[in-house]
Amino acid sequence: MILHPGVLALITGSAITLLMLCYAAINGAMIFFAWNYNSSSASQLALERKTYLISTLVNYGLGFQIIAFVLFIFTMDDIHRLFVGAMCATGSLNANPVGWYALLSKIIVFFLSGFWIALNYIDQQAEQYPLVRLKYALLGGIVPCIGIDFTLQLTYFLGLEPDIITSCCGSLFGSGGESTASSLAALPVFPAMVAFYSLSIILISVMVLNLAFQAGVFRYLLALFSALFFVLAIVSMISFISVYIYELPTHHCPFDILQQEYNFVGYPLYLTLFGGVYFGMLPGLFQPLKNTAGLAEIVAGVEKKWVQCSMISCLCFIAFVTYAICLSKLTYFL
Amino acid sequence: MTKHLKIIDYAVSSLLRRKFKNGAIMAAYIGTVAALASVLFLTRSLQTETTALLQGVPDLIVQRTLGGRHELIPVDYKAGMAGILGIGTITPRYWGYYYDALTKANYTLIGSGGETAPLTMLEGRLPQTPDECAVGAGVAALRHSGRSGQLILVDSRNTGVLFEVSGLFTSESDLLTNDLVVLTDRSLIDFFGYPPGLATDFAVSVPNSSEVQTVAAKIKKLFPDTRPITKRELVRTYDMVFNWRSGMMLTVFSAAVIALCIMAWDKATGISAEEKQEIGILKAIGWDTSDILALKFWEGLIISLTSFLTGVIVAYMHVFFFNASLLAAVLKGWSVLFPAFHLTPSFNSFHLLIMAFLTIIPYIASTVIPTWKTAITDPDSVMRG
Repeated sequence: MILHPGVLALITGSAITLLMLCYAAINGAMIFFAWNYNSSSASQLALERKTYLISTLVNYGLGFQIIAFVLFIFTMDDIHRLFVGAMCATGSLNANPVGWYALLSKIIVFFLSGFWIALNYIDQQAEQYPLVRLKYALLGGIVPCIGIDFTLQLTYFLGLEPDIITSCCGSLFGSGGESTASSLAALPVFPAMVAFYSLSIILISVMVLNLAFQAGVFRYLLALFSALFFVLAIVSMISFISVYIYELPTHHCPFDILQQEYNFVGYPLYLTLFGGVYFGMLPGLFQPLKNTAGLAEIVAGVEKKWVQCSMISCLCFIAFVTYAICLSKLTYFL
Repeated sequence: MTKHLKIIDYAVSSLLRRKFKNGAIMAAYIGTVAALASVLFLTRSLQTETTALLQGVPDLIVQRTLGGRHELIPVDYKAGMAGILGIGTITPRYWGYYYDALTKANYTLIGSGGETAPLTMLEGRLPQTPDECAVGAGVAALRHSGRSGQLILVDSRNTGVLFEVSGLFTSESDLLTNDLVVLTDRSLIDFFGYPPGLATDFAVSVPNSSEVQTVAAKIKKLFPDTRPITKRELVRTYDMVFNWRSGMMLTVFSAAVIALCIMAWDKATGISAEEKQEIGILKAIGWDTSDILALKFWEGLIISLTSFLTGVIVAYMHVFFFNASLLAAVLKGWSVLFPAFHLTPSFNSFHLLIMAFLTIIPYIASTVIPTWKTAITDPDSVMRG
């Protein structure tokens, strides 16, 4: 194991978060089984008071989890110097392949945490706590995911040895290999660009439709296209965006852009992408809640803001990408 | 938004009303953050300095080992190595350590390797005759021998040798040259009494950096008693050592974080009757439990952020204005004679995030339950007393 400050901070922070969330989940289970809004017994009053505690704990815990995701990427990028053959976060992750699963679980936990916080927000706006059972049932599902995430992260850090010779992004994201990453890197630039910008136009149009009309079908479409956009944006990142940023047709790494040499351009890119996709998926996911008594108005009120946030984030992301391509000295089509 | 601004306004006035209680927590908080931040700043700064310095190190250093210990290397090996493709130049280096009983200090004596060109960090010139030397600022200060002064050292035959100081390294190069005495190769060999035909090690240049590893392997194969050390290995080892040291220090200071959390928990649990009454009144005039929780959240955040930023500023001053006087001995290395050098401020947002993670999360986690207990207080019962 490496006693790097970032590693220590991640392990400590994640352990505390997990403890907080376990405590919340146990109390959540008690509420799930004993909840009866129509009762005026002392135990129901105590449960209602406990919901405040659980909401606070989970909001903090999941909020920390989101920051931990950024810190994880930061740390991966920082510790690559300790491994022979590593040149960026890819090398650090290759030094112990469990790291890739840890990264994937962090992305999943990021979205799950975000969805739960949004659900909790809606529930707190309503008078009668209509979503209490749903919330705590979902919490019972999220906490094990965070437990798995913590275990993967710990296994990854414990398995890191500085004498491991790892492979750098050049070999993983090289277009000659047979792995998934290599085949993504080998995608021809022009069709990938056409696909990216076409989907961008469709996504933004769907957002405009969502702002203009209330129909549920547009919300579902937006969620679907946001998810598709996330996948396609990551593929494009490997296939052509990174190439334009590095100004090197053979360099496809999605992590090097986080480094100082490239002015940390990766952070605004990924933050706007994740933010845009997250807010874009919320209206569709929460559409069924409109059938619950007392929630239709609350959801309708908040989903407009979500669409606006998603639109701003996605437009920023597309603008950053376009700016990077236009500014790059690498020219494919001139 | 306006609601939260008003709650923040109330939180500030409420914190100011209990200056001493909150002041005590903040003092402990600032101390803890300052300790953690000092470790990170100092490590980061030393890492930056060493990385910059190691850029000047040869691509490959070849030492000879005998019985697992460093031995002098025969200069004849040079001819054998010269045949390896990819090697630029091979320079035998002569150097050693000298304990000066007079000042109770260790100096590093190094041969100039025939180099006589003026260096940017040197006032004067490198030694050209056997009775000349160039010294670092630390040696000059200890021996009160400024430029064009004299330096007497006792050689391996216990005879005093007098050297004229021909050059003085400027203090900007302290980290590199503070304890340094440069002699000509000839006088260094005489001084230490090295047997003829032996050098301390070889500095090998390899113009193509991707060939360094192969060249090292070839040298090892040709001369099994040698130990080639690559520049990259050195840089990595230094990185590892600094990370390990700062990690150890952070682990030690984690006790302080735990103590802070216990204190915060205790303070948050033991709220006064007056405070309880205040919350009771707030609830009676229409504040909701979630409003009280928001109030407590803002109070916690104001304390956390104020202490965190103050702690970081204190650490910054401690490390970069006062040269980390409280920590330097532990983190810099084993040598007591290390120069009093000025650290170059080196700082990034990554460290702020790490420190925030290490201090704010435990603090908030330890106050959340007591805060909730306060927030659910029944107005009726507290106002009756």
